[in-house]
Amino acid sequence: MRVVNQPVPKVDSRALVEGQPVYTDDLAPADCLIVKLLRSPHAHALIQDINLTRALAVPGIECILTYEDCPDKRFTMAGQSYPEPSPYDRLILDQRVRFVGDAVAIVAGTGKEAVNKAMKLIKVKYEVLEPLLDFRKAKDNAILVHPEDNWKSLFPVGADNKRNLCAHEEDGQGDIESVLVSCDYVLDRTYHTKANQQAMMETFRTYTHLDTYGRLNVVSSTQIPFHVRRILATALDIPKSKVRVIKPRIGGGFGAKQTAVTEVYPALVTWKTGKPAKLVYTREESFIASSPRHEMEIRVRLGADKNGIIKGIDVYTLSNTGAFGEHGPTTVGLSGHKSIPLYGKAEAFRFIYDVVYTNVMSAGAYRGYGATQGIFAMESAVNEMAGILGMDPVILREINMVKEGQTMPAYYGETANSCALDRCLARAKKMIDWDNKYPYRDMGGGKIRGVGVAMAMQGSGIASLDTASVGIRVNDDGFYTLMVGATDMGTGSDTILAQMAAECLDCDMEEIIVHGVDTDSSPYDCGSYASSTTYVTGMAVLRTCEILRRKICAKGASYMDCAPDDVGFDGEKVLNLKTGESISRQEIGNRVMCNNEDALYASEAFSSPISPPPFMVGIAEVEIDKETGQIEMIDYAAVVDCGTVINPNLARVQTEGGIAQGIGMALFEDIVYNEKGKNYSNSFMQYKIPSRLDVGEIRVEFESSYEPTGPFGAKSIGEIVINTPPPAIVNAVHNATGVLIRELPVTAEKIYRGMKNKEK
Amino acid sequence: MTVEFVLNGKRVTAEATGDTVLLDVLRNLGCHSVKCGCETTNCGLCTVWVNGKSRLSCSVLALSIEGQEITTLEGVKEKAEEFGSFLAAEGAEQCGFCSPGFIMNVLAMVRELKNPNIEEIKEYLSGNLCRCTGYMGQLRAICKYMEHMKEEVHS
Amino acid sequence: MLTINNYVKAKSLEEAYELNQARNARIMGGMLWMRLGNARVQTLIDLSDLGLDQIEETAHVFRIGAMCTLRQLELHEGLKVLYGDSIAESVRHIVGVQFRNQATVGGSVYGRFGFSDVLTCLLSLDTFVELYNGGTIRLSEFINRKRDKDILVSIIIRKSNRRLKYDAVRRAKTDFPVLTCAVVAGPVHGKETWYFSVGARPMKAKVLEKKWSIPRDISDGLLMDYAKEAAAGFDYGTNMRGSAEYRRHLAEVLIRRSMHAILMEE
Repeated sequence: MRVVNQPVPKVDSRALVEGQPVYTDDLAPADCLIVKLLRSPHAHALIQDINLTRALAVPGIECILTYEDCPDKRFTMAGQSYPEPSPYDRLILDQRVRFVGDAVAIVAGTGKEAVNKAMKLIKVKYEVLEPLLDFRKAKDNAILVHPEDNWKSLFPVGADNKRNLCAHEEDGQGDIESVLVSCDYVLDRTYHTKANQQAMMETFRTYTHLDTYGRLNVVSSTQIPFHVRRILATALDIPKSKVRVIKPRIGGGFGAKQTAVTEVYPALVTWKTGKPAKLVYTREESFIASSPRHEMEIRVRLGADKNGIIKGIDVYTLSNTGAFGEHGPTTVGLSGHKSIPLYGKAEAFRFIYDVVYTNVMSAGAYRGYGATQGIFAMESAVNEMAGILGMDPVILREINMVKEGQTMPAYYGETANSCALDRCLARAKKMIDWDNKYPYRDMGGGKIRGVGVAMAMQGSGIASLDTASVGIRVNDDGFYTLMVGATDMGTGSDTILAQMAAECLDCDMEEIIVHGVDTDSSPYDCGSYASSTTYVTGMAVLRTCEILRRKICAKGASYMDCAPDDVGFDGEKVLNLKTGESISRQEIGNRVMCNNEDALYASEAFSSPISPPPFMVGIAEVEIDKETGQIEMIDYAAVVDCGTVINPNLARVQTEGGIAQGIGMALFEDIVYNEKGKNYSNSFMQYKIPSRLDVGEIRVEFESSYEPTGPFGAKSIGEIVINTPPPAIVNAVHNATGVLIRELPVTAEKIYRGMKNKEK
Repeated sequence: MTVEFVLNGKRVTAEATGDTVLLDVLRNLGCHSVKCGCETTNCGLCTVWVNGKSRLSCSVLALSIEGQEITTLEGVKEKAEEFGSFLAAEGAEQCGFCSPGFIMNVLAMVRELKNPNIEEIKEYLSGNLCRCTGYMGQLRAICKYMEHMKEEVHS
Repeated sequence: MLTINNYVKAKSLEEAYELNQARNARIMGGMLWMRLGNARVQTLIDLSDLGLDQIEETAHVFRIGAMCTLRQLELHEGLKVLYGDSIAESVRHIVGVQFRNQATVGGSVYGRFGFSDVLTCLLSLDTFVELYNGGTIRLSEFINRKRDKDILVSIIIRKSNRRLKYDAVRRAKTDFPVLTCAVVAGPVHGKETWYFSVGARPMKAKVLEKKWSIPRDISDGLLMDYAKEAAAGFDYGTNMRGSAEYRRHLAEVLIRRSMHAILMEE
């Protein structure tokens, strides 16, 4: 391949490394209203009274909006296709506040100083209620997070607001109990993963204004422009035709921006005042009122025979969605559906889950989307099972892992059309020199090094749901405009889609310009999430190119007065195969601009009935200080099967970045609340993400399978890469010290305590 | 009050109150490369040079820089492009939001340290957070850039 | 949010001192910690024009101006000659180079921060602070004094034949420490003396003095007994970063390791 599978630089790289003003806040006009939110100091309360008199008197204050100014129509901020599985449980502002940091009032003024001053002068009287903070006690608790009658669930997800249930489901195949009874070894363990912040470098932000036609224009740092259009129309109770959403460059998303965290607030201000407005979350706001990973407690029962064949898997997940249900009903599903299928020999499985409301900030979508939590539990359980069987955890995986061609009952019965998981494991094992390093090496000086392993899978888009369309236009001189609705959030999706188009159209990258995303002009795409862009949008590119090639041929043929069947297109020119006559793409591009009734434009959509999983193996090597328990990342060997690698550089960086995030999740990232529900992890001082000193060496290689349903054989890469570090690191700690950690993060103190308990 | 200083080689004046920070002044003066990532001095996105030294503009009071020389990415365009091309060649700019502050500190590093080893590089840049890349691609870019600079000196 | 009504770059220490006597006046250090708070400052006094940004080395002392940055401390050759890498070790984990180009030694000491690596380290040495009005007093005395309106002008480390080891434990490499520990040994009035400074317990550092004469070939077990005794001289607390019990354990380990390293150096 000429362009695909090549490490081409990102199409926007020059602007980014030159620091060009291409992000939301760079684009907002200097004179737009500054919007800030007054937030609740209580985890659960009813607003009795809000006195705005003094605040409104502050010079420069344009408006202060409270729940009385908001439509009483509930909606969800989750960026999902309609009808959303996430319940409609929010108002823009509500009389009931449900977590410390919940929005109470929207303040807009001509400058930061005025707004800050006014915020201090708003007097709110609360009726403080007892909060529900323990997610283990939430189901059927007397305290209801959403007692309101206009709460509604649009989708049968087992939700019941009168039981604090955001979702419940039971799934399975075979008779799990009798299979487990028949096993020689049954392990029953509970694992706990915490809420984590995506912590993208650009915080949440939105700027809004009215255009020439009186429509609400929204420039926002979002992964889901088309969903934002619908969410805003619903929340503001205005027609969708009145809303236009533009996505500029985005400073990272990782799922955080698959929730419309900020859009409604400046939108309401602009809609009410007619004036441009912007809301830029501080880092603190991004930490206390955002969309972090769902905290989950996962019980795994695993049955194996004496030869190490895993015969039965039973998973129960309890997920904490916090104050609102964004992505609650869907993330949880992945904790079982993307962990259980890794093991191909199970005769029976069962997967039950509950998702509950509590009075902490709402959870949302974070890279891995529940699979990360489930895979931590499953892979940890399998590693523990290896210990029980006295077996090398790599060997236990070799004999149980899912293989190409197998059906995966727990993965909606899909078949693994493409799966190089076995090759990934073999290669990762070699990269780390497993046989010489497993289980540990004493390095002297009180240091010990252990290795640990984990496997992972994800999906490639949401099967039979995610829909992507692209458009490609031939312009004068024959250059192409590739119009996408998929949202590049720094990942380079604009680039890889252009690579695919260049490959299909037999041209250079320079001849394709990428345009996106503007809901007024871009073809519909549900957005960039669920690892969908390469696979789903990529296929839309392939289809569109195919149609466009036909149109170019037909046009060329008509200009040469021959039959379309007689011509071919080599990317540069349409050639009459019979006569050798040709017409260049450049000339066609110019000629169609006069006296022409066929638009040289194609737009096709794609949706897939399946979601082919990428696979991956990660092996961690860590060093432990035997006295203090301090843990240091030494090496991380990762091998990924994402099918054909569209851009080796970007895929590698994606993988390295995901692993670094996974290392943070494993070692220190943790959202800590006090007993009143106040979030202590409200800055980069208190919520540490890995610095370049914390990640050790990360080495990535690819073992590609060929996905027959994907573009050029490709599957997804974006999410799977975060899944292996937590279980692999926990396994490495165990192999080094014998200490088992079932609750993240792994800290030096936990390791120290574990070692101390073992001495006893 | 007004403050007068040298911005990327040009004398400029700006309005500021006692608590105005340099970051806001610079963005208002059109230096949009300077980003705010945290407000608590932890992320390095707002890195600029004050009299040639890397500092965090989110925590430098605007009035305190009277008469001093401030350099942002806009003022070292050529060098930034040169190193930036190495970054882009690795795909390691990713979302790009941390790139300006990072590039400023990399350029400060190559000026300050002679032949730094990998550990010294990591330590010098530890105050520049990046959530996209896992840092490895940035390191590859730095190593290749430093090799390239050595070759330039030799030839 | 911090508000500052009036910013003044002082022309002399005298002017700075006088301005600072007002109730809502504050002296500015690196502006890193103060900015995080919600203080309403009427007059902020900047000392950066007063030449306090030098480290002066004489035959007997290091005189570190209050406006010296942590980065200057980290890179100073003279300190390296006398204390090896230990001074640099005590600052190099603090956030990043940009931060340390800005954070001042004076600010770090004046702030008496519980988490302070710098304070832990300086406290273990023969260190004094020079105040504009209050003369020169021991650092250990200064940090336990009630905050007043005096101005910290410089930090003075008296040179002596002492050996310093600095160590700290952090959850992430550039995080606040879980525990900091500095150990110093050397002859004082002819007697071998050990100083133990432990900070981030999470309370601010405190220093203990022990007249111990420990043979170089002491057994590991006996050395651990000394370390335990030293660690027992401090109180420990629990916060997000660690429990009191774990901190006490870390203190024992870090003290023993530093003592061992010092003994091996001889």
